[in-house]
Amino acid sequence: MTTELLTTAEPEAGTAPASGPPQVWRRLRARKSALAAAAVLGLLVLLALAAPLLAAIEGQDPNAYHDTLVDSARGGVPFGDFGGISAEHWLGVEPGTGRDLFVRLVYGARVSLLVAVGATAVQILIGVGIGLAAALGNRLVESLLTHVTDVMVAMPLLVFAIALMAVVPADFPRPVLLAIAIGLLQWGGMARLVRAQTLSLMKLDFVSAARLTGGSTRRVARRELLPSLAAPVITYAAVLLPTNIVMEASMSFLGVGVKPPTPSWGHMLSTATTWFRADPMYVLLPALMLFVTTLAFTVLGDGVRAALDPREASRLRVGRGRRKARTSGAGGAA
Amino acid sequence: MTTQLTSGGPAAGRRETGPLVAVSGLSVAFSAGPGEGSGGIVRAVDALSFELAPGGALGIVGESGSGKSTAAYALLGLHRDTGADVTGSVTVAGHDVQAADDAGLRRLRGGVAAMVFQDPLSSLDPYQAVGDQIAEVYRVHHRDASRREARARAAEVLDRVGIPDAARRARSRPHEFSGGMRQRALIAMALACRPQLLVADEPTTALDVTVQDQILGLLRELRAETGMGLILVTHDLGVAAGSVDDLLVMKDGRAVEHGPVRDVLHAPREDYTRDLLAAVPRVNVRRETRTDGLPQAGGDDSVLLEASALRREFGRGKRAVTAVDDVSLTVRAGETVGVVGESGSGKTTLGRMLVRLLEPTGGRLSYRGRDIGGMKERELRAFRSELQMVFQDPVSSLNPRRSIGESIADPLRAAGKLDDAAIVARVRELLERVGLDPASYHRYPHEFSGGQRQRVGIARALAPEPKLIVCDEPVSALDVTTQAQVVRLLGELQRDLGLALVFIAHDLAVVRQVSDRLVVMRGGRIVEEGPADTVYERPAHAYTKGLLAAVPRLEAAEAPA
Amino acid sequence: MTGYLLRRAAGALAVLLVLSVVVYATFYIAPGDPARLACGPRCNPGQIAQVRAQLSLGDPVYLQYWHFLQGIVAGHDYSTGTALLHCDAPCFGLSYQNNQQVTDMLIERLPATASLAVGAMAVALLLGTGTGLLSALRRGGITERVLTWLTLAGTATPVFISGLGLLMLFCAYLAWLPFPTYVPLTGDPEQWAWNMLLPWAALGLLESAKYARLMRSSMLETLAEDHIRTFRAYGVAERKLVTRHALRGAVAPVIALSAADFGSMFGGAVLTEMMFGLPGIGALLVHATTTLDLPVVVAVVMVTGTAVVIANIVADVLYAAADRRVALR
Repeated sequence: MTTELLTTAEPEAGTAPASGPPQVWRRLRARKSALAAAAVLGLLVLLALAAPLLAAIEGQDPNAYHDTLVDSARGGVPFGDFGGISAEHWLGVEPGTGRDLFVRLVYGARVSLLVAVGATAVQILIGVGIGLAAALGNRLVESLLTHVTDVMVAMPLLVFAIALMAVVPADFPRPVLLAIAIGLLQWGGMARLVRAQTLSLMKLDFVSAARLTGGSTRRVARRELLPSLAAPVITYAAVLLPTNIVMEASMSFLGVGVKPPTPSWGHMLSTATTWFRADPMYVLLPALMLFVTTLAFTVLGDGVRAALDPREASRLRVGRGRRKARTSGAGGAA
Repeated sequence: MTTQLTSGGPAAGRRETGPLVAVSGLSVAFSAGPGEGSGGIVRAVDALSFELAPGGALGIVGESGSGKSTAAYALLGLHRDTGADVTGSVTVAGHDVQAADDAGLRRLRGGVAAMVFQDPLSSLDPYQAVGDQIAEVYRVHHRDASRREARARAAEVLDRVGIPDAARRARSRPHEFSGGMRQRALIAMALACRPQLLVADEPTTALDVTVQDQILGLLRELRAETGMGLILVTHDLGVAAGSVDDLLVMKDGRAVEHGPVRDVLHAPREDYTRDLLAAVPRVNVRRETRTDGLPQAGGDDSVLLEASALRREFGRGKRAVTAVDDVSLTVRAGETVGVVGESGSGKTTLGRMLVRLLEPTGGRLSYRGRDIGGMKERELRAFRSELQMVFQDPVSSLNPRRSIGESIADPLRAAGKLDDAAIVARVRELLERVGLDPASYHRYPHEFSGGQRQRVGIARALAPEPKLIVCDEPVSALDVTTQAQVVRLLGELQRDLGLALVFIAHDLAVVRQVSDRLVVMRGGRIVEEGPADTVYERPAHAYTKGLLAAVPRLEAAEAPA
Repeated sequence: MTGYLLRRAAGALAVLLVLSVVVYATFYIAPGDPARLACGPRCNPGQIAQVRAQLSLGDPVYLQYWHFLQGIVAGHDYSTGTALLHCDAPCFGLSYQNNQQVTDMLIERLPATASLAVGAMAVALLLGTGTGLLSALRRGGITERVLTWLTLAGTATPVFISGLGLLMLFCAYLAWLPFPTYVPLTGDPEQWAWNMLLPWAALGLLESAKYARLMRSSMLETLAEDHIRTFRAYGVAERKLVTRHALRGAVAPVIALSAADFGSMFGGAVLTEMMFGLPGIGALLVHATTTLDLPVVVAVVMVTGTAVVIANIVADVLYAAADRRVALR
């Protein structure tokens, strides 16, 4: 009933995890893995931003062919060791074309991050909007949106995204298109989360109290709900980012993503499948970039989640655990 | 020691010469979460020592954070492998709990000392039949017992704790039992291996008062019958008073006072115990009469709120549940109407309907003659400021991300009548009025204790200058001393401001301290209504009589034997 | 239960109807000219007009949509000028590429997709629940740290990287396995299994990481529940606490998720199929997309949607069966 508070083993005040931004930040900083991941990502963003500058320093153009650097007799394998690494070409050149690999990789980072961040932004916008509407709307709106959301969560995104590429005009800028397509298709999880969070917040008395102030529903939503939704939304966004990166790479890998000659890790990997015997460097470099980026985002996302939900850390104590609702994952890119 | 029940009980088979429980210098410390800073160590129990003779009964009482449950857990070594730092020595029936290896500890748990937990629903495995769960525990301690024997034992103990048709009900799952039956089943599990000691951690806190009375009666019976020792951990002095021989009062992890029940309750030596006893609400004591002129004399006793044949259903079709059914109620300006009832009586639903947080599905609800029962949210806004609510849970009733000043200012800002400076000034005034530091405007809810948060909630309800406040279990989440303070504050405010209060609670004693009139609810309906003193002293309805009889009283032990 | 299933089936039908409208609008109405696509790049205006008449593209949009639905439910007749071609229900039309019935193309591709889905799911479940359990039970130890990092790495590796890695390692350098080529199960079961080994491993590894994380958190949550504490306080050994009291509740969300995933694998394992050259539905989709073969694209989307919707109902039923506290409503 009502008296649980009287009987907890731990002292009442003080041990309740403080939830202000400074505390969250402090907990996040205490996780070494999260810090390392953030550092890696910072470096990556820097590389992506500075891509033209780096290209200028190296003195290479991402789309310039160098026929002289590849051995046409052996089908286009780069001359020299390790994929043709040299002072002019820091990470060697692409087999077949002889384009500079380093510059293409950093430009690829641009595409990757741009698409992922853009898609995440779209997902947040749609997800929060639909989730709030489903939680606050009337019966009809609620059941309609909940059904649509259920379908969106379950649908294999990749299938839809690929299909979509069949009907969009070819001259539409591809990175933007990818961001929009991924965003439009993969907001289901976010909407479901926002809806569930809003519904449980609505049960809390402070929202009832806010209703009693005589403010409009919109006012209550803005002042009481949105601030409390920020934490779970950020956490989930951190989970979505790596998924979106993989999604862009997957589509480019399948040839329905970023169009050549725009550099993309996924596309590089797909050409690399025919080269992995002759030029392993060409497989390893983009694979490594993609892996490290996704891993860093995943680790950081885990860190953010733990920092926002300190209960995780204190689970070992003898205490009352509460069962969460079933967590259904999104249909991933397989 | 007053009673020494020996022999006859199975526990007497292994006769111990020393005390059943000997605790000396027990300290339990938890480290606060990593990265939390702030010292990081919480000493929940600090140098605690006590003894319990075989067959004796000790009540450990204290407010939240006193370390009473933590101490009880230490008796079964339940802090092992949890990261808690336990020092000192704990001996139960000759077994050194601290020194025991894992296997030894497992033999002790359930076999020598058994524990009954607070929440009977979550404390049982939801997937398995109750009887199977008891049989499993039995076979842990009787390895040579067959499945059939274990099952027979389960039925036997279930029968003993008063589960009707025990052999058949043993096959039911916990959710098919009522709350009281689940707690009986947990006690049956404790009995299964004939322990010498029963440790009960708030065994009746989650139960209604009538069920609580039955469970306490059962514990007394079992003790007399088996001769086992009992350690009863509770926040409720009344519960302890009638069930134990000795009392140990704890505060901040330390023992404040320890002695026979009668001495502790009748002639407390420590100030803290005296304060605690003074704060306990008594169901048989009349409300303090108003000294400074009756509020009714203020002239205005017009009808504020009138509900007639009010009804609320949840769900639709076959699943529909009627939470409130045919309730008619009048609240006049300046009076306090107490609403009492057990869980499921519909009292909270009624309260939420009165302030129109919930829309009634039937009947009429009028405020000063205007029908507000079916009003749309937009029309209601004009009335919102006059009908306010104080909520039960001091944690969830304040937005953790907004300063308390902003929470209180909210209704003033929504009204849009005052400018910013005037609003801040008004909030400071309100904070002071409810006994808080006016400078705490910019502080956040987690910086306050439960009682202080409840004061903030009251200030927020007062801000729009309401005519009526519905208080839904406003003190049930608070410790008894804080409870008394908050109740006193509500009384003062009502007297000074001429407010009407609807005071909803499950605790009959608390309600008596504030109410002019009393409404008793059961199953969504009103079973009895009348002037408070009349209902308390000469209840007309059998249900009310039963309810009042079940309230634990300190006097049971206070009265000289 | 029957009532629940009926309600869910009705809901599923509604969802699929909505999906069909969206899909139809996206693929047949929004873009350029289906007739030109169907006819091919070398068609003259006369031929295009002929195709347009054949596909009834002159009809009002709602009528076209109605025919599309009719085809799925009851079949459809096409006149190819000279002969009358009957397309059995469920009919998704004729391929723009070779005038083959799309439904037949899908059925032809189904065995490869199903082979992949079943095997990969088995790998993922076994490996995932195993590692998840182990890391939940070995909390705080080195085992847990290693497993945590392994599963993190697993979730961060796209299937085309792990697939490429497996191919390079086992087929190119170690040469333990031949480069996979799909052999139907009905043809030669042994060869089928050998050739599916790498696809199973690649997709299974990726999915298992997801289940391992879910299993671990679910197990830890269950172990923190009050009823576990009760049995611990009665001397029940830790191993028994897990097997008798925690496992069932903890495994429920994993089972439910895997059931839902299984549905999406029927259209979603595109990357794995492309990576290993499996002639499955995903590969068909990619090919259809690059050749702008709209009827095939639409059919794959609809079939995948149906599989997913059904799988979700199955998932919910399984979840409720495993966790009795959840009521089906």
